[in-house]
Amino acid sequence: MRIALAGQPNCGKSTIFNALAGYKAVTANFPGKTVQYTLSSVTFGGNTFEIVDLPGIYSLTSMDLAEFEARKYILSGKADIVINVVDASLLSRSLEFTIQLMDMDIPMVLCLNMMDEARRKGININAEKLSEILGIPVVETIAVKGQGLGALFSAVRSAFDKNVRGKAPSFHKDVEETIAKLSGFISEEVLRELRVPGRLLSKKLAEGDDFFMKEIERFPHLLNVVRNYQAYIEKTHGRPSDMVISSERHAIAMNIFEEAATVGRPIKTFHDRIDKLIMHRVLGYIFLILVLLGFFSIVFEAGKAIEEPIIAILERLMKSIVETMGEETLISFFAKGIIEGLAGGIGIVLPYLFPFLLGMAVLEDVGYLPRMAFLMDAFMHKIGLHGKSVLPFVLGYGCTVPAIMATRILETPRDRFITAFLATMVPCAARTTIIYGLVAYYIGPWAALFIYVLNLFVIALTGKILTHFMPEVTPGLILEIPSLKMPSINVVLAKTWLRLKEFMFIAWPLLIIGSTVLSFLEYTKGDILINSIMLPLTYVLGLPASVGTTLIFGILRKELSMIMLFQALGTMDVSSVMSREQIMIFTLFVLFYVPCVATIAVLGKELGWKKMSMVSLATLIVACLIALAARVFMAAIRNGL
Amino acid sequence: MRVLSDMDEGKRVRVLEIPGGKGARQHLSAYGIHLGDILLIKRQSAWGGPILIEVHGSEVALGRGIASRVQVEEL
Repeated sequence: MRIALAGQPNCGKSTIFNALAGYKAVTANFPGKTVQYTLSSVTFGGNTFEIVDLPGIYSLTSMDLAEFEARKYILSGKADIVINVVDASLLSRSLEFTIQLMDMDIPMVLCLNMMDEARRKGININAEKLSEILGIPVVETIAVKGQGLGALFSAVRSAFDKNVRGKAPSFHKDVEETIAKLSGFISEEVLRELRVPGRLLSKKLAEGDDFFMKEIERFPHLLNVVRNYQAYIEKTHGRPSDMVISSERHAIAMNIFEEAATVGRPIKTFHDRIDKLIMHRVLGYIFLILVLLGFFSIVFEAGKAIEEPIIAILERLMKSIVETMGEETLISFFAKGIIEGLAGGIGIVLPYLFPFLLGMAVLEDVGYLPRMAFLMDAFMHKIGLHGKSVLPFVLGYGCTVPAIMATRILETPRDRFITAFLATMVPCAARTTIIYGLVAYYIGPWAALFIYVLNLFVIALTGKILTHFMPEVTPGLILEIPSLKMPSINVVLAKTWLRLKEFMFIAWPLLIIGSTVLSFLEYTKGDILINSIMLPLTYVLGLPASVGTTLIFGILRKELSMIMLFQALGTMDVSSVMSREQIMIFTLFVLFYVPCVATIAVLGKELGWKKMSMVSLATLIVACLIALAARVFMAAIRNGL
Repeated sequence: MRVLSDMDEGKRVRVLEIPGGKGARQHLSAYGIHLGDILLIKRQSAWGGPILIEVHGSEVALGRGIASRVQVEEL
């Protein structure tokens, strides 16, 4: 049996999924976080189920890619039963989606999640009454605390066995009759071809759903009939047909809500007062800057405290190995390569990565990101985007791959392209470790901060330039701001671990292999060849010729550039071979140049190969310009201008 | 006729008209904003930023562009 979790954004689908399937989906307290669906097998009460976590969608009209994908999945018939997860505190709005889902004619269970939040808002729901009206089982849950999940599963089991499909209440008589007449014109052939239940199709056609209108262009007669009925509805109601149908749904939802729920006094919470401060028109921005500065310095201090002792130990270990194995033997080269790779991960990447991911997880879980989108909307318009693009950018500080996938929440291809382009320039955790491990460590925290500010400036400028060629046409920001909540320690730790695991089991082995390969290249003198090919670049940038190889390998994983740097220079103390200026130039170049292989792949998938090549080439040019400008500028300062 | 973006914080308004194409209408209705609905203006932001409203128990941020088109009456 395959179960699909469907519901509006941020209603707790992913939380339920994680509670059932172990921690596999990323939750963020930001509407529309799940952009791809996640599948998992779960054994419960002796039965094995497959659960699919669909992206959260507000309605069944395909407004953005995520909505389209989710609708397609349910219509594909791959799921045997749907759990409609609902944020109980937003019941009246959510019911509009529920009654649309019921038209899909698939067994269904309604899960009233976040019951505690509903109670806080003073909403009392009579679940039995609701179940009676809709004709489907209704189960109350508080997924973050794991409450009600057992009952949910039993309800799903029995609804599946009894094939409970329920039926949404009808529209007003005249509208219902018009839709019934329209559906009389939809032949079996059309239904078979489009693979859509008749109930859904007739309503969707009556309201002129873009996707289905396009689909029936193949049946000109039907298209004609549909247009006539739309015109008829518009004439009799004095409003476009889509508005009439949506008002009908709204009215039904409100009626059900009034029958099954009562609204009392909300409990004034501490959250409201915090919200007043952090979304304030002046204080909100001060708070934002403090959050970012605090975040930056905590990660730096924590990372440095861990890095220093570990590096010292590893340096000593290295020396003793070279002494015992001899300087120029193959075995010592291999041992050195492996240890450099191991040491790079333990000593330089992990110390910064762990506090960084932990902090990100906390910010996401409390729900600060949508508030950032609210605060930043006005500024994002200056670079031709709107507040929603903040999410991909912030995610980009963690990893560029999910950042680019998150651009799916944006409405237009133009916004998706520009946001994805700019997101590749945001320093991901890998590049962050380079900024911290090299610049902050050897030059100082202010130099690292300068890099972040410069980076923002370059991104803004690039956005400005792109917008010049692709003018803004977006409807602007429409974003739900979910309630703030206390971060759940379990969720934060689980999420940090999920992302850390990605580094430890995918990136780290790659780092070790990369550094061993470089060791081997050194032994066979192959690195000299690569370095001489790279010489034009390293020469222009004023870098030691031996870093050429590391720049090539950095395309595999950005951290490799740094790990191999230690290897290529033959020391863990970079400052003994490279000047502070060279460290700065190296870091700036690595920060901007061509995204890593994983990013290139996801860019190709999301934007197409042409745009992917464009982004890669453009970032290489930007990197060269910035690094060169930095070289000239620093030389000028050194020579007293 | 007054529009949403002109309203002061703390005011309750009723939606009278949502001009623009089907896209804008459907978009807003998905977030629970329909003709005749009552909205509470929670926050106006500085520098031409978005406006925060409460509708049917949820908070929604609307950019200036769309907020300056939604016609409302004060309650």
